[in-house]
Parts: sequence; structure tokens; C-alpha cells
Amino acid sequence: MTGRALAGNKVLCGALGIAGLLLVMEAAGRAGLVDPAVLPLTSTILTRVAELAVDGEFLANVGATMTAWGLGLLLTVAVTVPLGLLLGSLPKLETAVRPLIEFLRPIPSVALIPLAILIFPDRLDLKIAVIFYASCWPVLINTMYGLQDVDPVAKETLRSFGFGPLAVLWRVSLPSTAPFIATGVRLAGGIALILAISAELLAGGSDGIGAYVIKAGSSPDGLEFIIAATMWAGILGVVTNSLFIGTERRLFRWHAARAGVTR
Amino acid sequence: MKRPGSHAAPRAASPSGSRVFLRAVLRLWLVPVALVLWEAGTRAAANPYFPPPTTIVVRMRDMWLTGPASRLWLSDSALENFPPSLGRLFAGWAIAGVIGILLGVMLGRSVVLARFVDPLVHFGRAIPPPMLLPLLIALMSIGTQMQLTTIVFGVVWPVLLNTVDGARYVDRQHVETARVFGFSRGQRLWRVILPSSMPKIFAGLRLSLSLALILMVISELVGSTNGIGFQLRAAERAFDPPGLWGALVVLGLLGYALNLAFFTVERRVLSWHRAAKQTT
Repeated sequence: MTGRALAGNKVLCGALGIAGLLLVMEAAGRAGLVDPAVLPLTSTILTRVAELAVDGEFLANVGATMTAWGLGLLLTVAVTVPLGLLLGSLPKLETAVRPLIEFLRPIPSVALIPLAILIFPDRLDLKIAVIFYASCWPVLINTMYGLQDVDPVAKETLRSFGFGPLAVLWRVSLPSTAPFIATGVRLAGGIALILAISAELLAGGSDGIGAYVIKAGSSPDGLEFIIAATMWAGILGVVTNSLFIGTERRLFRWHAARAGVTR
Repeated sequence: MKRPGSHAAPRAASPSGSRVFLRAVLRLWLVPVALVLWEAGTRAAANPYFPPPTTIVVRMRDMWLTGPASRLWLSDSALENFPPSLGRLFAGWAIAGVIGILLGVMLGRSVVLARFVDPLVHFGRAIPPPMLLPLLIALMSIGTQMQLTTIVFGVVWPVLLNTVDGARYVDRQHVETARVFGFSRGQRLWRVILPSSMPKIFAGLRLSLSLALILMVISELVGSTNGIGFQLRAAERAFDPPGLWGALVVLGLLGYALNLAFFTVERRVLSWHRAAKQTT
């Protein structure tokens, strides 16, 4: 079977796919199918991508975006995981709060940015606040969902050995919920990046990838830099996502087998 | 306030009615409490950025419900801004749905093709969609075309990835059976592969719908001359917190209604699927 022969070369196939697309785009530009003034040549863009990797100003902007991203996610986890554990272990409270969650969750998070612009004079606070609002939902929902999935026999066993509710939470519920929380945090990571960049585009601050792109838009060959910065945003997304997946795999190897069956 | 305990004993006279009522009270009692607390808290704080809900509701009526009865009381401002927003939202979602399902079935059924395209898909998905706004504004300037492109690009990924997943893991026995009975390729696609990927496709479409709302808002905030997002931005620039909150409330209600509508449709469309699963 040819599929079997190619299976070992998954990376090669992928690389060929990327290279093929880049070549086709370059060729379309050189052949005049796409006006290079409208869409720059692929080779030009790749040069800009490489240049940005050593451009101190751009790197500082990436740093600013990722700082807001990291702080926002940290705040989300610090507040939302305990909240989710609380709601998950008190079913009565959960039923009461559920409709509030159902009403708040569908508010499109980026719509809060204009309000946040009025409320927060500081741009970092603004970004952290909107990141927190947007990314708390997947973490909260996953934590609550994970708690429902805890093996009741394990809980009962510990209880019958005289462990208190907090000890049960710490020794059984939290470890067995952790993979779900991790999935929530990974989803939140992607959302947080969207919110950080949206806030930078709208709030017109002085730092961050979004601010960099707006500034680049006003220079004559700005389009090349806009595209290159967009590529870097994609690379950041891929890297953070695979870091999360890698950490999840390493930490929850014991869980992967089980999740593989149910998924 | 109504506490759950005070309704603990349902009357025997009409058990079903009072039980439904009791259940609703138990489920929803916090909503009026939260509203009252919100009103009281904002009145006490008197912070201009946090107007009381009553002020917001009055402002919303002034903005959108001053029209004649023949137009359902909708004002010009409502008719100028709501339909374009909804149109872009649904058009973007529909286009992304068609593209996502088409490509998804192709990639799901062809292992070799998927292998070549996989990294591109993962890269495309990882680009935060708002990043495209400056690029698209530079390429096609402000307008519906640019907004639609943003929405389509942003929401196509959940549909695509879910369809790939659904189409790839179709029960082999079903496909083989269809082949034995002489189904053509097209028939196998329509009768076997698409129906059995439906639950996955719907899951993707639901994710895409809420994402489409977010991208509709951001694309209108950055570059638009009408729409709810545009009004939101205008309220911010005019320093009009009640108007801003009003737009937020409308968007929240819209999100809630979309979720609910989708859930209802999904339940109806997929009911055969649950039934089929139970018999096997």
C-alpha cells in the first residue's frame, strides 16, 4: 500500500504541501496573475518574516502581547479553577448560578473592548481584563464538567477511610479533573491571543503586535510587514498550542489512554 | 426574595403545574436577585461607566424602539444597523459552513491529501482572525467584502476540522455495505458518509456560530459604517456608556438567541441519529 509507505513521511508530506503552496503563490506573482503591488511576492514576504525575527522593535511588541496573554491566562486560572471546583462540588449553588452563566457567556467578548477602553486607562489592565472575561468560560465549564466525571467509587473509598471533603477534593477530584482543566486552559490560550490582539487593534496603544501592525499600515511598503507580522501571529499560535498539547501529554499520560476511548 | 426553601412543599391539587413552576423558581431565582443587586449596586456606586440597568433599558428604547407600530416600533437606527449585522453574520457563517464541509469531506476521505494539507490547516487555524483585519483593510478597504472575508476565514476552521474528523471515522462496515449494494461514489457520500458525519459537523457549526458573532463584532468595530458593532464603537467615541451597555445587551441577547435556535434545530435534525444509535 502506498499509504503505508508514505506514513513514515508525514513530516515530508506536510513540508511538501507548504513548499508547494509557497511556490504556486510565488509563480502567480511572477507570472503577473497577481499584481505584486496588491499582494507582495512570497519571497519578499518570507524575507520580511525572517527580518522580523531579529527586529528588536518587533520582538518587544511580541513580548508585550505575550505578557498580557500570560498574565491574563494566569489570572483566569487563579480565579476560575477554584470557582469551578466550588460550583462543581455544590450542585445547589451550581443550579442557581447556571442561568447567569448562560446569559453572560454568549456576550461576544470583543464587544467588551470599547467599554474596557473607557474603564481602564492603562492598556495592560485593559488587555488582561478582556482576556480574563473571554477565557474564563472554557476553563470554568471544563472544570465543572471534569468534576462530574470523577470516579464516585474513589471518592467513597477515601471518605470511608475517614478523609474529609477537602482531602477528597485534593487527593481525588482535583487530580482526576486536572486533564479537563488543562484542555480548558489550552482552549482559553487561543482565545486569549485573539482578545489581546483585538484589544491592541482597537485601543490603539503603543505596544503589542496589533499596535505594530497598525503602525506598519501607514508606511509605504507596510503591507509586506503586515503580512509578515500576521505570519508570526500564526506561528505564535501554533507554538503556544503545541506547547500546551505537549505539556498535557507529558503530565496526563495516565489519562490519555482513558480519554482515547471515550473521545 | 424567593428562596428555594419557601416553596419546598408543592400542592397536591395540580402536581405537574406547580412542579414545573417550582422547578423554574429553583432554577431561575438568582436572575431577578442579580438584576436587583445590579440596579442597587450601580445606583449606590454612581459610577458613570456603570449605569443602572433601568437607565440602559431606557436608552435602548430611545435608540431602537421609537419607530411606528407598523415597523414593530423599530427605529431608523435599528433598521440601519441590525439587518446588515445579521446579514453579514449569517452569510459569513453559511459560506464558511459550505467551504468547511466540502473541504472537510475531501480531507477526511483522502488520507494522502490530508497529509499534504494538514500543516497548512493547522497554521491557518492558529492565526488569530483579528490579525487579518489590517491586512484585509489594506487589500480590499473597508466594507462588507472585507467583513465577510474576516468572518469566513475565522469560522471555517471548527467546521473543517470537525468534518474531517467525522468523515474520516465513518463506520467501515457501513461504507463497505453500501459498496456491496452497488452505491455509486456520490450515493455513498450522500447516503452514508455525510449522514454519519452529521453530529460532528453540527458540533463544528455550533462553535462557528458563536465565533461568527465575535468576528462580526470585531470587524464592525474596526472597519464599518453600519452595524451593531459600529454603534458600539460610536457610543464609545461619543462617551455614551448607557448606549454602549445597550449595544452589549443586544449582542448578548443575540448570542443567547442564536445558541438556543441552533440547539433546537440540532436536536430536531439529529433526532434520527440518536434513534439509530439506540438500535445498533
